[in-house]
Amino acid sequence: MATPTEGELFAIHPMDQFIVSSLGGEGGPVGMAGIGMFTNQVLWLALTVVAIAALFVLGSRGRAMVPTRIQSVGEMIYGFVYKMVEDVAGREAIRFFPYIMTLFTFILFANLLALLPYSFSVTSHVAVTGVLAMLVFLGVTILGFVLNGPKFLKLFWAEDAPLALRPILAVIELISYFVRPVSHSIRLGANLMAGHAVLKVFAGFAGGLAVLTYGPGAAVPILAISTMYGLELLVAVVQAYVFTILTCVYLNDALHPGH
Amino acid sequence: MATSTTEGAAHGAEVAHEAGGIPQLAIETFPSQIFWLFVALVAIYFLLSRVALPRIGATIEERQDAISNDIERAADYRRQAEAAEAAYDQALADARAEAGRIADKTRAEIQVEIDAAMTKADEQINAQSAESEARIATIRDEAAVAVQAVARDTAQALVAALAPDVADASAIDAAVAARTNS
Repeated sequence: MATPTEGELFAIHPMDQFIVSSLGGEGGPVGMAGIGMFTNQVLWLALTVVAIAALFVLGSRGRAMVPTRIQSVGEMIYGFVYKMVEDVAGREAIRFFPYIMTLFTFILFANLLALLPYSFSVTSHVAVTGVLAMLVFLGVTILGFVLNGPKFLKLFWAEDAPLALRPILAVIELISYFVRPVSHSIRLGANLMAGHAVLKVFAGFAGGLAVLTYGPGAAVPILAISTMYGLELLVAVVQAYVFTILTCVYLNDALHPGH
Repeated sequence: MATSTTEGAAHGAEVAHEAGGIPQLAIETFPSQIFWLFVALVAIYFLLSRVALPRIGATIEERQDAISNDIERAADYRRQAEAAEAAYDQALADARAEAGRIADKTRAEIQVEIDAAMTKADEQINAQSAESEARIATIRDEAAVAVQAVARDTAQALVAALAPDVADASAIDAAVAARTNS
């Protein structure tokens, strides 16, 4: 074996894992013509759907009075999201529960599946999180105007502030309202991307150090990977929770714009 | 493995060059990503809203109903037990009262019998003592007569022996009667 140079050993490409590419073919999807291509993204989106179906559809099949383990997990997530919608957005928001549940389960399962080795992180892509955030933003804004009419604009008019301050506050509120989808999507995507990139960097170090030190040098990066992995598990769940609860908060604004 | 990594890296370098280093910003992949995201979201939405959520909701509701039913039944049994205890206490109290009543009645009856017997006994005692008094009086009278007779005989004998000439039967009788009657 020829001794590799340090440049070769530590040629770590932490962002390569995010490249959307064809499975079995060459290159990636390009434009509208790329829709028909079976990419890694499509595979892991499909696996997310399959996992959700397995937990919520197959798991609840027994309708057991004393739930089985899988049924119990499904019911716990159901109850958790149901209570969140009810607490944050009020009882009348319950009719949007299926949409919120779709969002939460999709993000949660995509986040968790992305932590499997060799997987692809669907939710680390701003194309995905951006669409999710825009769906929430547009949905909530349209809903707000449909339910409240022009009164929805009261959301930006702080009635309890001094009159002189109100226009300034309205501008700030308006800006913060339009920044919502941006922060909403970037928070989720960047968290996932950063976590996976860091894991990859440590993995690259582990490989390089293992070759350099004939084994033991990899111990430190591997320890770091294990720690990071635990943290990423937390991030995966917390980010799904944060995305969903913010959606509930925005929904609450649309249902009750008068604060 | 090694070759595929190099290929991936090569492809990555190409994409990275186009998108300024970050695969997330490779605009040309967006149509594919967004299209398939919508497909996945719609699939999840229908799976959840048509199948899973109604089923899970119904199961949870059924369980709640069953639990509240059981609690209600338990409360019912409790009420029944309390009613039974009250009935038992009532029966016990009734029995005590009945026993007391019977005891009182029996005591009164016995009292009546005792009173009757006492009255009868008193009557008998009174009759007997009257009879006895009468007999004692008779005996005393007879004894008094006998004493008089003996005294008279003794007096006559003494008078006849000491002064035969003054013997007077009637005088002696009067003297004896005067002495013995006092």
